[in-house]
Amino acid sequence: MVEKVRVRATLNGEPVDFLVAPYTSLLDTLRDELGLTGTKEGCNDGNCGACTVNMDGRIVDSCCVLGAEIDGSTVETIEGMAEPGKLHLLQQTFLEEAALQCGICTPGFLVSAKALLEKEPHPSETRIRFWLSGNLCRCTGYDKIVKAVQKAAESA
Amino acid sequence: MHPFEYVRAKSVDEAVAALAKHGERARPLAGGTDVLVMARAGRWELDALVDIKHIPETNIVELGASEFRLGAAVPCYRIYEDDEISAKFPCLVDTASIIGGIQIQSRAGLGGNLCNASPSADGIGPLIVHHATCVIAGPNGTREVAVEDFCTGPGRSVIGNGELLVEMKMPIPRKGFGAAYERFTPRNEMDIAIAGVASSVQLNGNIIESARIALASVGPTPILSSAGDQLAGKEATAENFSAAAQAAIADTSPISDMRGTVEQRKHLVGVLTRRTLERAVERARENN
Repeated sequence: MVEKVRVRATLNGEPVDFLVAPYTSLLDTLRDELGLTGTKEGCNDGNCGACTVNMDGRIVDSCCVLGAEIDGSTVETIEGMAEPGKLHLLQQTFLEEAALQCGICTPGFLVSAKALLEKEPHPSETRIRFWLSGNLCRCTGYDKIVKAVQKAAESA
Repeated sequence: MHPFEYVRAKSVDEAVAALAKHGERARPLAGGTDVLVMARAGRWELDALVDIKHIPETNIVELGASEFRLGAAVPCYRIYEDDEISAKFPCLVDTASIIGGIQIQSRAGLGGNLCNASPSADGIGPLIVHHATCVIAGPNGTREVAVEDFCTGPGRSVIGNGELLVEMKMPIPRKGFGAAYERFTPRNEMDIAIAGVASSVQLNGNIIESARIALASVGPTPILSSAGDQLAGKEATAENFSAAAQAAIADTSPISDMRGTVEQRKHLVGVLTRRTLERAVERARENN
């Protein structure tokens, strides 16, 4: 029997302190242990980006991180993106540009796009497409997503 | 997934002790983008993963007077976001910026790429053409292995039980040195090379003093081709590059699989050898 390990981290701005089995991915930790089901499982092997979260200022696939690894780290998920009663600009432009259909990939795209605009407020279309290449969408064909990110960059 | 312990090692000795304790049922954890996927797929049954990201030595990024030291746990982004390293090692930028997408580059590094020992690894050829040496720590002390001797088969390397890749070190390029890496994939990003070639040249005027050519995805391991040696003492001309491309093709033993055929892979090695030699020479001339 492998014992659970204690993890203390900052999650969406709040301190968290929990026990988790050491072989649990960060994705499963968020969804099953911490009740944050906004982060989605797509491929579960680091290809699709549906499970993207921000860890210590960088986007990562949470399926390829262990929950135990975030001890001492700062993690932001889709749940931390909107302020109470007010969508994040990217969430607003995704709605306006209809940049989603089934919605499974959307939290990952939003977390990725937010990191890009925080780093580079006015990226080119090529740069946006390159940055988002680790996020797969099987519905939209990407154009609407790219336009929504461009619109957010223009209106910021 | 088979239940395993998570060990956060704070020193090389601690990591080696934890790895030695579990033998082949333990693996180091750096970026996790290969090891966690393999563990989940049941490829390995592990009792422990030893996190090596909190060890000073595996995080080293040091441009010294004669040597560049790159820790085994350093993720890809730390290469291309560093202006000084990017200027001196553009070939490492070539590879660090195409291994996976941004999410993967946040975690995965050239050390893990090397230890994963995939024949198609994008990161190994560039290390080979930069004459990199691997520093390996183990229960009996530290040893060094030339990077071209590191991989022994698909997914296999010289790393033994209890051993850990600590860092790669390579000479700071002299004036007249240039290197480049290119691969062919059907998609632009997030894909596995059907073939990849890294080339480096040391130029003296228009004469190639020495050259290295390394091939990916065309044999059971990344290959240091003999084609580089054949260029030594010759002029940097299109004709000589074409001859080198033919020599590189002769060193391959590719397979046909879902990604590409033997014929396609050999053809690609020829094209990519010429292109990377041209790019390496351009960079060598800029570096004068």
